[in-house]
Amino acid sequence: MKQEKTSLLRNGAVQSLLASLLCIILGLVVGYIALLLINPAGANGAILAIVENFMTYSKSTAQLRYFGSTLVKTAPLLMCSLSVLFAYKVGLFNIGAAGQYVVGTGAALYCALGLKLPWFLCLIAAILAGAALGAVSGVLKAYCNVNEVISCIMLNWISLYAVNMLLTLVKEETSPYTFTLASTNEGAILPSLGLGALFSKNQYVGLAIPLAILTAVLVWVLLEKTKLGYELKATGCNKFAAKYCGMRERKNLILTMAIAGGLAGMGAAMLFLSGFEQWQCTQSAVPAMGFNGIAAAFLGGLNPIGAIFSSYFIQHITNGGAYVDKTMYSSQISDFISALIIYLCGFVLFFKTALNAWLNRRDEKKQAAAGKGGDGK
Amino acid sequence: MILLLQYTLIFASVLLLVALGGCFSEHSGVINIGLEGIMVMGALGGALMMKFLPAGTPALVMILLVILAAVAIGMLFSLLLGVAAIRFSADQTLVGTALNLLGPAAAVVLVRAINMAENADNVSSTVVYGQAKKAFLVYIGKFEFNWFMLIALLALAASYIVLYKTKFGLRLMACGEHPQAADSVGINVYRMRYAGVLISGALGGLGGLVYITAGVSEWKFENGVAGFGFLALAVMIFGQWKPVNIGLAALLFALFRALSNVYTGIGLLDALNLPSTVYNMFPYIISLVVLVFVSKKSRAPKAEGIPYDKGQR
Repeated sequence: MKQEKTSLLRNGAVQSLLASLLCIILGLVVGYIALLLINPAGANGAILAIVENFMTYSKSTAQLRYFGSTLVKTAPLLMCSLSVLFAYKVGLFNIGAAGQYVVGTGAALYCALGLKLPWFLCLIAAILAGAALGAVSGVLKAYCNVNEVISCIMLNWISLYAVNMLLTLVKEETSPYTFTLASTNEGAILPSLGLGALFSKNQYVGLAIPLAILTAVLVWVLLEKTKLGYELKATGCNKFAAKYCGMRERKNLILTMAIAGGLAGMGAAMLFLSGFEQWQCTQSAVPAMGFNGIAAAFLGGLNPIGAIFSSYFIQHITNGGAYVDKTMYSSQISDFISALIIYLCGFVLFFKTALNAWLNRRDEKKQAAAGKGGDGK
Repeated sequence: MILLLQYTLIFASVLLLVALGGCFSEHSGVINIGLEGIMVMGALGGALMMKFLPAGTPALVMILLVILAAVAIGMLFSLLLGVAAIRFSADQTLVGTALNLLGPAAAVVLVRAINMAENADNVSSTVVYGQAKKAFLVYIGKFEFNWFMLIALLALAASYIVLYKTKFGLRLMACGEHPQAADSVGINVYRMRYAGVLISGALGGLGGLVYITAGVSEWKFENGVAGFGFLALAVMIFGQWKPVNIGLAALLFALFRALSNVYTGIGLLDALNLPSTVYNMFPYIISLVVLVFVSKKSRAPKAEGIPYDKGQR
């Protein structure tokens, strides 16, 4: 019996899960302490509000409806986290998911509102735009040795300003927001597939959610079960070794960034083509979605299937932040908690090493004890 | 034209300070992507100090205390990176990114809490420090001289001397090039890397303070520092991790950044009638183009980004 328990703890997936849970708990505890420091009176209520999110509503129809809204925003987050983790598996840190998400938004909304195209063409345009931006970072890395982190960050800002300029062409006269899809081009709204009805007629719930989950599975298959995935991962491990094995390491780098970019761009289309939000053309900061994708990717143990759950969790607490008592706290407290969780994810490697060292010591002790006890059995 | 010069110099001071910070950290072997977050925290420290110091404080005391607050908070915050990256061998890019998210979020939460405690209706994330800021300014004719310009220049000279002319600096750089070799001759690699990260925290925090006092008299912390921490990293790479080159790179980048503030006042540029967004994009585009040309023969410290493990050879 004990033997089995040891082997369970040694299982990589179990260790990742434990590490992630630990990150979540520690993140929430530190967040709670911050709330206590700001105003002890409401801290309990606030942390509960963050964790409960839509469950604060007493009516089940309202709960379902807001559960649906959380899911609507989980889909793009999942796509961004897939983008980050895919690149990370190939040894690239795709901090540019944010920018690729932004150009995806630009392409999707311009095709929908400016060119009046149907939804699937908008979706494809978003994927292509994201992939193109990702490929730029890939080319710079492969041919000019520009660190992908720096080039991605620069591209994030460039794309933010460029998309603001582009979408100003399709914005409402009196507000900084783009036209709504419903009023301008209904054909660009992602089909609901009848899913909306399940969530107390939340019309924004639709194709995006199953599509995102399907993509997660496909990414897993691509990485773990195909030759291409193996080649990409080999390039990430050691690009020189990969080169000497006859792999085209430059092509692989560019392809990786293009796929990662495409994933993030697609995520943007999933949110903005649901009609849930409009783009604000005066936005002065790169949207947090891409950065939260980093949190979700690492919290999910860099596994596409894990990312489904971690993305949901991150979005759950981000939405939950909207329910804290605004007379005492700001909703950014949930950004603070998710940032803390990313920070704590940095310690996962240390946690696993320490856990393994502890297990080894325990096994040694057990063996020593068994040796001393002689053949008692 | 004077305005352009003034903005160029003040933005150059910001970029120079922060890039020098990054330079120390990277020479010790730790990549500091988190400079953006560190700047926000330093700016927060300085802004709160300016807000809460009584109005009659003498200018010199004021300057010293405000700088001290920014530097101290910046160092404290950079310690989060130091501990994770040096003691716990964490992925430096990941932790740096976390700092970039953590800094602005923490600043907004804190500023809102302070604002709401003062006045329940005030839910903004803005700190106002108009009066206190004047301590930093001296008017020479129309030119608004800011003490930080001098401080940045001094920091440049000091960095050059420390890195190339002192035992400490040479040892620090050894830890970023080949930590195992450094360790074998008795240098404490961990301590050197902590020193590098802490210096970057101090300079980054100071840079953040300079940024928020450049031209404005209140700061909305929701805006963070608009990517200046990242621009500073580009400056550092363009400067090939050498203080003097970093100084020149900072001037170049600052010029392009300053253009977006003052282009309407320059007849030729105003006549081009480009949207202001184009000028906002300029520094980032320039830095990307520059990186394309200088990254091929990169002089980056060889061991940067790799956690030092005594047992490894």
